[in-house]
Amino acid sequence: MPTYKIKVNGKSKTLDVSADTPVLWALRDHLDLVGTKFGCGIGQCGACTIHVDGNPMRSCSTTLEQVEGKSITTIEGLSETGTHPVQEAWKEIDVPQCGYCQAGQIMTATAFLEQNSNPTEEDIKNAMHGNICRCASYTRIHKAVALAATKMS
Amino acid sequence: MATKNTLSRRAFMRTSGLAGGGMLIGFNLFQACKPKATPPIDLSKLDYNDFNAFIKIAANGAVTIFSPNPEIGQGVKTSMPMIIAEELDVAWKDVYVAQGKLDTKNYTRQVAGGSQSIRQGWDALRQTGASAKAMLVRAAAIRWGVDASECSVSEGVITNTTGETLGYGDVVNEAATLEVPEEVVLKEPKDYKIIGTDIGNVDIDKITTGKPLYGLDYKAEGMVYASVARPPAFGQKLISFNADKAKSMPGVIDVITIGEKARKHLNGGNRNWSVKLTDSDKVVVIATSIWQAMKAKKVLDIQWESNNLENTEQHDQILTGLLDGNEFTNLRKDGNVKKAFANADSILERTYESPFVPHNCLEPMNFYANVSNEKIHLVGPVQTPAAAADTVADMLDRDVSEIEVEMTRMGGGFGRRLYGDFVYEAAEISDAIRKPVKVISSREDDMSTGVYRPAIKYRIKAAIKEGKITAYHLKEAAINGNMYGLIPNFFPAGAIENYQVDGASYNSNITTGAWRAPYTNFLAFAEQSFFDELAEKMQVDKIQLRLDLLEKVKGTTDERIQYDPERMQNCITTAVEKSGWGKQPEGIYQGFVNYYCHNTHVAQVANVAIENGVAVVKKITCVVDCGIVVNPLGAMNQIEGGIIDGMGHAMYGDLGFNEGIPNAHNFDRYRLIRMNEAPEIETHLIQNEFSPTGLGEPTLPPVGGAIANAIKAATGNRLYKQPFMKSPELLRVPKKEILG
Repeated sequence: MPTYKIKVNGKSKTLDVSADTPVLWALRDHLDLVGTKFGCGIGQCGACTIHVDGNPMRSCSTTLEQVEGKSITTIEGLSETGTHPVQEAWKEIDVPQCGYCQAGQIMTATAFLEQNSNPTEEDIKNAMHGNICRCASYTRIHKAVALAATKMS
Repeated sequence: MATKNTLSRRAFMRTSGLAGGGMLIGFNLFQACKPKATPPIDLSKLDYNDFNAFIKIAANGAVTIFSPNPEIGQGVKTSMPMIIAEELDVAWKDVYVAQGKLDTKNYTRQVAGGSQSIRQGWDALRQTGASAKAMLVRAAAIRWGVDASECSVSEGVITNTTGETLGYGDVVNEAATLEVPEEVVLKEPKDYKIIGTDIGNVDIDKITTGKPLYGLDYKAEGMVYASVARPPAFGQKLISFNADKAKSMPGVIDVITIGEKARKHLNGGNRNWSVKLTDSDKVVVIATSIWQAMKAKKVLDIQWESNNLENTEQHDQILTGLLDGNEFTNLRKDGNVKKAFANADSILERTYESPFVPHNCLEPMNFYANVSNEKIHLVGPVQTPAAAADTVADMLDRDVSEIEVEMTRMGGGFGRRLYGDFVYEAAEISDAIRKPVKVISSREDDMSTGVYRPAIKYRIKAAIKEGKITAYHLKEAAINGNMYGLIPNFFPAGAIENYQVDGASYNSNITTGAWRAPYTNFLAFAEQSFFDELAEKMQVDKIQLRLDLLEKVKGTTDERIQYDPERMQNCITTAVEKSGWGKQPEGIYQGFVNYYCHNTHVAQVANVAIENGVAVVKKITCVVDCGIVVNPLGAMNQIEGGIIDGMGHAMYGDLGFNEGIPNAHNFDRYRLIRMNEAPEIETHLIQNEFSPTGLGEPTLPPVGGAIANAIKAATGNRLYKQPFMKSPELLRVPKKEILG
């Protein structure tokens, strides 16, 4: 099996797995980073969203080859103490119901707010509509993204 | 007020001192339990068959509350401990909440479902907190040599009349030796300090930082992974398979078959509610990682034999045939509907249709099992741990005392995890390979081998005579089973003299079961659309029609009727006021509903606008009467989520079948509502002091009706079928009207 060198949350990791292993399963099963969630496996729900060099990517549909030599950030590495403004906003609004999709929602929101620190309501909907919340906590996700924007600007 | 302590009287609660100091109070929330259980001094030896919840107060005063019920996103892991903490009189910041391990053979209500955790736990949770407080106060009073009535408590500190204070931790060891009081004083709602305040989700830090919390995150030493190949079509059985290619793939440990043990058990009597698990064997790939297992499953060469493969057109004809036929079971009958229809001035009859829908919990079904000669360890997300443990014991011929079940937070339930088929699979696999194993479904497995909300048709007929509704006849035709329990006694039962509900069902090989707000999730749309149309036909005010019907229910002596007409009327008039009913600017069209289910009263108004010729839902105003609101922050989340979920499934939810195979397997073909489609929501909670009822389900069923009634107002088109997107022409304003 091929060997891949990737950088996850600032640390260099070497993985010895089959070439088609999605980054999602490499993170969860080989690196014990289970914060990134499996939802659909085809990039439709967003539960597995991570950052690759700062850009949001669906880790279920991304191969290790595509991220070799690049820098990956997962929910575990978003901040050292869980106090990134987006995480703080999520706590303040008390967003989650079951909570399963929220890591992906937070990662999508964070990457979006890095690009657009003063979003309109429409901007937020456009940025977040790729992430499914089966409990439909959309009202609060929306509020939390807007609140995080004020914290980050 | 002093309340007889039913916990004590029935010996439902026991205390003991802890080895390291402190006190342990074990209690059962519900009716059936062993009367003589006593908590052990060593926590690790706690027998979860004896207690389903307990409080630990440490010698330093720290309070741990072990939440008894499974957490599926409905918020009970936060709200149930809040109720205990209130009566215990401790500060919420000093409380640590942990999920109690569950192995609940002896209990009847260790379940997340039916929006019942809060309603059924209310008295027991309060009495438990109050009993512990009374014992702690008594211990302090004894030490001071004063009467307990001379002591007061605030946030875990006991004060006597001379101003001396003792913390709970100071007296907890003495308190543990005292008898559980015969009577306890419960707080008046006006004195609540925790109940009624906004308390955040107790797992919020773990959720926002990605800590292991869900079943899918659970790992154990030596664990292998399994991917299960189930028949692709309902009605198929395994004949043979060739696993040579799969076995040659990297990471694959073995390929086995399972099914016999679960089948043997199920043939002996399926204890699960209306679920029919496939009676086929299944082929299982065991591998060192789940990715390798899933990949190898795809290259298995499997032969299935087919028998009676069903499809949606056939279901449609069958259900219509049932409605037209005479094979009904009567579920309620008042007066004589036949006679009233014969004497009617006019009759309105309408038929409503809904498809199958899958649950689509975002965390796919998964479970961990480790079956060894000594014990069976089960870990994962299941709404019914008791049934799962019981069934596994039966299947594997083991004593249930050898089974330990650990609950994980669940990535959604919606009814799917009431059924333990994935637990049985994990147990049967681990029993066969004698290794710890984690079974994980792919999204495709999950959606295409589910336990669906069945396809249903309702036909409702009403008789009108001299401007009054004189008869109401509801017929249900459903796949695999009809409405149950008290649902035939919901509104308008009791309001119309001649009233009848009948049900008929078709026995399908497609597995069906409870889906969030079972039965009412579609019934509410049918009924509330019908009342809207009935008011139009009678040329009466839609709101007044509802209020007048409810007026007739006041003072009813019929014990089957649980809805409260006055509380319902109050919701209606509040919704009229808060939604600006009838006072909207031009271009906003409104639809009204009121509904009672899961013991909670709801009224909703949908606002619809026409954008580019198409009806778009802009806003839902929702009024809820659930009695005392334990945690408004959590309550609002449930209410809003229920509304958007209800809207999403009314608009888009659709699973058809062709030759026994579902026509969608993943979210590319199955549409779930997304943020850009969610409307604005305005919620009003009715303030009163009734005992609290649940919120996991009640706001979901009526919203489809509110939207359909608003779309009628906006477009002139009446919707009779869900999902609404299946009839796109009905969501558009007729062309001639646009042209004027």
